[in-house]
Amino acid sequence: MADTRDIELTVNGESHAANVETRTSLGDFLRHGLGLTGTHMGCEHGVCGACTVMVDGEAVRSCLMLAVQANGHEVTTVEGLAEDDGTLNALQAAFWKHHGLQCGFCTPGMLTTLTAFLRDNPDPSERDVREAISGNICRCTGYQGIVDAALDAAKTMQKGS
Amino acid sequence: MKPAPFTYHDPTTADEAVALLATHEDAKVLAGGQSLMPMLNMRFVVPDHVVDLNRIDGIAGIRDAGDHVEIGAMTRQRDLMRDAVIAAKAPIIPAALHWVGHFQTRNRGTIGGSLCHLDPAAELPCLMALYDAELTVQGPDGARKLPFAEWPLAYMLASIGPDEILTGVSVPHWGGNTGHGFVEFARRHGDFAIVAAAALLTIDGGKITRAAISIGGADVRPIRLTEAETALVGAAPDTEAFKAAAEIARGIEAMSDAYVTSAYRQRLAATLVERALIAAANNLAPNANGSA
Ligand SMILES: Cc1cc2nc3c(=O)[nH]c(=O)nc-3n(C[C@@H](O)[C@H](O)[C@H](O)COP(=O)(O)OP(=O)(O)OC[C@H]3O[C@@H](n4cnc5c(N)ncnc54)[C@H](O)[C@@H]3O)c2cc1C
Ligand code: FES
Ligand code: FES
Repeated sequence: MADTRDIELTVNGESHAANVETRTSLGDFLRHGLGLTGTHMGCEHGVCGACTVMVDGEAVRSCLMLAVQANGHEVTTVEGLAEDDGTLNALQAAFWKHHGLQCGFCTPGMLTTLTAFLRDNPDPSERDVREAISGNICRCTGYQGIVDAALDAAKTMQKGS
Repeated sequence: MKPAPFTYHDPTTADEAVALLATHEDAKVLAGGQSLMPMLNMRFVVPDHVVDLNRIDGIAGIRDAGDHVEIGAMTRQRDLMRDAVIAAKAPIIPAALHWVGHFQTRNRGTIGGSLCHLDPAAELPCLMALYDAELTVQGPDGARKLPFAEWPLAYMLASIGPDEILTGVSVPHWGGNTGHGFVEFARRHGDFAIVAAAALLTIDGGKITRAAISIGGADVRPIRLTEAETALVGAAPDTEAFKAAAEIARGIEAMSDAYVTSAYRQRLAATLVERALIAAANNLAPNANGSA
């Protein structure tokens, strides 16, 4: 019989209760259990960064965490990033403006990674940004648009605060 | 790419964890999951039981104990990079962690997980060799302590039983005018190093009074360059002394693999040891009276 547990967690501000198989990754639970398919599973062994979400505000790979380990914690996915009225936030708007995405597969991981990074490093250099996304693979953009977007978003966010 | 079924346990004390390991065949300990979860996902490891240490309070955290720093096995790599005690007493740890994976993996990865996983190129084992840190392991018969020198038994195999857990490490504080250097060479930032070198130097009156050098990635376990350390003590911290140490590094036993030959690793070791020593001599405490 499958080993399962009851868990309770908050995702994008909403609380959820679920019964999960203990071997289920947090990423698979978000996608299949909650239907939040914005989080993308790429390599499923920690290398590509596509599955990055924030747990208690810190960026982590959701393929390397079990759903049961998120019990009692707060998760933010790409679906939780936009402004309350549904418009793009500063980082998302900068991605749009600077062509920070093409196919979009890496984008949820880039956005969650950079959200945590820019909160802790509001005035980063280009090198800092490149290092921050060194664990996120993008096959399309060549990274330039992503780096430009992050630097531009940092400026916008500093003006805004 | 999904783990095979297992039974999950999340004990809240180290005693409970050890008891679970002692009573369950084929159990695997889960710490930060940054090495184990990939192996579970790929089914390289198919345990019947997973014992998660993440809910145990007592084995995470950093404590200043004067002449040494005690670090709980479940302390996250991120917390080591942000901690004031570590920054003051063992600043080479955050310097090296900068090279460990990516900030997302450091948010979950633990020091204990890295020491137990014991990848030959991992930075933290290289540092524990540098300090010859003391490890504490808890098993069914209680706790035992051992120096890091006795920890690696073979390739990715630590001196720990299937019913034991690593609970912490004690890192000695080097006082005086001590500087540190950590350098590595990897193909991309965040990759495991091909070779890494770490150095500590204490300098007094223009002379080296204490030295430690370790090399990671070259062999199956971190190497201490004791011959070079002995030669450095009493010498002035100058180019000549550092070049001599580098020549000793060139003579180490080194592995070859599909990417890199052993000769290439030896050359890297020489270059990186020299750079680590130069860095150490250049970042002494501000009141240093030695010439660097
Ligand atoms: C993309 C990526 C890049 C990486 N790059 C690097 C790098 O450059 N350098 C580097 O050093 N590491 C790197 N790592 C691995 C590092 O992130 C891991 O944190 C570390 O190897 C294992 O620590 P963990 O806490 O995640 O342990 P886990 O993955 O949970 O466990 C690792 C092993 O140790 C055992 N174990 C863990 N804790 C204990 C304990 N307390 N007692 C007994 N056994 C225990 C487990 O059973 C398992 O066998 C990388 C990982 C990823 C995903
Ligand atoms: S899917 Fe998690 S890092 Fe690639
Ligand atoms: S936009 Fe296609 S992978 Fe990044």
